[in-house]
Amino acid sequence: MSTDVVPLTRERVLDAYRTVLRARALDDRRFVLNRAGKLAFIISPRGHEVAQVAAITALEPGRDRFCLYYRNFAAALACGFTPEELMLAAFARAADPSSGGRQTPGNFGSRRRGVVIGSSTVGPQIPKAAGIGLALKWRGEGALCYVSFGEGATSQGDFHEGLNFAAIHRCPVIFFCENNHWAISVPQRLQVAGPGVAERAAAYGIPGIRVRGDDFFAVHMAVQQAARRARAGEGPSLIEAEVLRLQSHSTDDDQRAYRDAAELAAEAERDPIPRMRNALIERGWLNADDDAALRDEVNREVEQATDAAEAAPDPDPASLSRHVYANA
Amino acid sequence: MPDRTLVQAVRDALYEEMERDDRVCVLGQDVGLKGGVFKATEGLQQRFGAQRVLDMPLAESSIAAVAQGLALEGFLPVAEMQFADYSYPAFNQIVNEIAKMRYRSNGDFSCPLVIRAPTGGGVRGALYHSQSPEAFYCHVPGLKVVLPSTPADAKGLLKAAIRDPDPVIFLEPKKLYRAERQDVADGEAAVRPLGSATVVRVGVDLTAVTYGYMRAVTAQAAARLSQDGIEVEIIDLRTLRPWDVETCVRSIEKTGRAAVVYEANRTGGFGAEITAELAERCFASLDAPVSRIASPDVPAMPFSASLEHAFMLNPDKVADGLRRVARY
Repeated sequence: MSTDVVPLTRERVLDAYRTVLRARALDDRRFVLNRAGKLAFIISPRGHEVAQVAAITALEPGRDRFCLYYRNFAAALACGFTPEELMLAAFARAADPSSGGRQTPGNFGSRRRGVVIGSSTVGPQIPKAAGIGLALKWRGEGALCYVSFGEGATSQGDFHEGLNFAAIHRCPVIFFCENNHWAISVPQRLQVAGPGVAERAAAYGIPGIRVRGDDFFAVHMAVQQAARRARAGEGPSLIEAEVLRLQSHSTDDDQRAYRDAAELAAEAERDPIPRMRNALIERGWLNADDDAALRDEVNREVEQATDAAEAAPDPDPASLSRHVYANA
Repeated sequence: MPDRTLVQAVRDALYEEMERDDRVCVLGQDVGLKGGVFKATEGLQQRFGAQRVLDMPLAESSIAAVAQGLALEGFLPVAEMQFADYSYPAFNQIVNEIAKMRYRSNGDFSCPLVIRAPTGGGVRGALYHSQSPEAFYCHVPGLKVVLPSTPADAKGLLKAAIRDPDPVIFLEPKKLYRAERQDVADGEAAVRPLGSATVVRVGVDLTAVTYGYMRAVTAQAAARLSQDGIEVEIIDLRTLRPWDVETCVRSIEKTGRAAVVYEANRTGGFGAEITAELAERCFASLDAPVSRIASPDVPAMPFSASLEHAFMLNPDKVADGLRRVARY
């Protein structure tokens, strides 16, 4: 690829749609498995899937770097993780490619895919991405670093430190905030002063763009423009994608305890996946039969992934002390 | 061989490693044209340029995070925290991100970098330029911790730390930066392996395990005990994690008595860990309890000369402590 943008062909969009469906179906299965006592802990991407896949589709997995956060299940699929790999992580099996069952399943990492291993603290990936961006700038090959986080992470000092540094050095970084308006139980009005996250970009002298996270094409275009800037040496961008959290924070949380029932019901009606499907149908890129066939295909993948992961071995207890240091 | 102070030896190590390997880079506050507040990076930016010797914003978390990003991309960063007291804003990056990188990715990622920081007191630095925080970092699996006491050790161990495949916290006793000069070897002959203690005074009556500035204080105390016919064997650990237990055990098997002399406050200090390990390992050889000689449990040493003096261990205090162990 040159420093130009990734063209958005019908094939690519349908591939992205398949990834969105895959994320939802896998997540639904994980939730059932959690309630059945088979999975200890899950963080759902429900409501974020379209925004995540749209963003990654505008980038180049294998060339770019990705610092993801714990809700980036659909983004991880878009980066190339397979359904079986993500189910292996959900079951904390030895073959989980991110951590061999050491971390909770939202911490994605794969050196060969350029996905930098995450952790469960909030925000440290933001200045880390700035450092990766600095290295990519030094190398001068046009690669960029994409880093994502929720609006809660923007309260962390690391958010400021990361954007400030990346802007000073015009690092090729895309800061992608998935604003679902809730950090566990704390609403945006108690989290973010001012109108939102995007406005903060002005303080760093970089573009700040707010997009509807349920609009695949809008998110894709925003990330594409940020990528063009980054690859051209023009520095970082901040994108705020407004999304809905259609599931509780995690399987250990129940948002019905602190959110208005009518609001939850109304949000459930605004699921971004039907909206994406309708947009594809309107463009003539998808019909109802194709959609049904895709869903059947995805459901079969989920079955296979679940069966394979459930049957896979747990980590060997003797491996507990491995990889603390290089020689151990 | 050139005659060097400890801080000059640090600077020489950085210079030589940057000459040897163009992946090595230095970052921190004031490390550029100023050459660092203690002159540990003097002349480096003039020689290697403003990219490889990078002045950072005044934000320690991002110093650690950017170093981490560079390490992930194959560079070998040496980050400077201006004072060890100021490393705490970077604590999450160091402990949760850097130290656990290899472990949490099941060996897929690693984070070879060095974080240098001046440590310890006795220079009228008061509460926030005098602390000895080594115990915090020694507690963390995945980190290595070095604390040299001579110019030759500082140079040799820093060169080894830069070449080490794991993250190293490199603490430099600022009281010793210009305290003595020593012939220090150039190039490969200077390198000293991590994890090896040195017996700096041979004795038969009592083993004193120490490190950093306390090495010199303990040596003065030992000279006084010698006048009373008590011969103290002094071991300078040089590396605290991993520390050289075997050298200490061999000494105690000979002397039957041991004290640990450390500058940090007593409770939970790294000397407490040394004491516990030696008590477990040497119980059958011991004629007296392993004793801690440490600073009092006040928050840190105050600015006033009289209060600083009251806080700091000195040859009198250490001699008293050693005598108690010898006479037990």
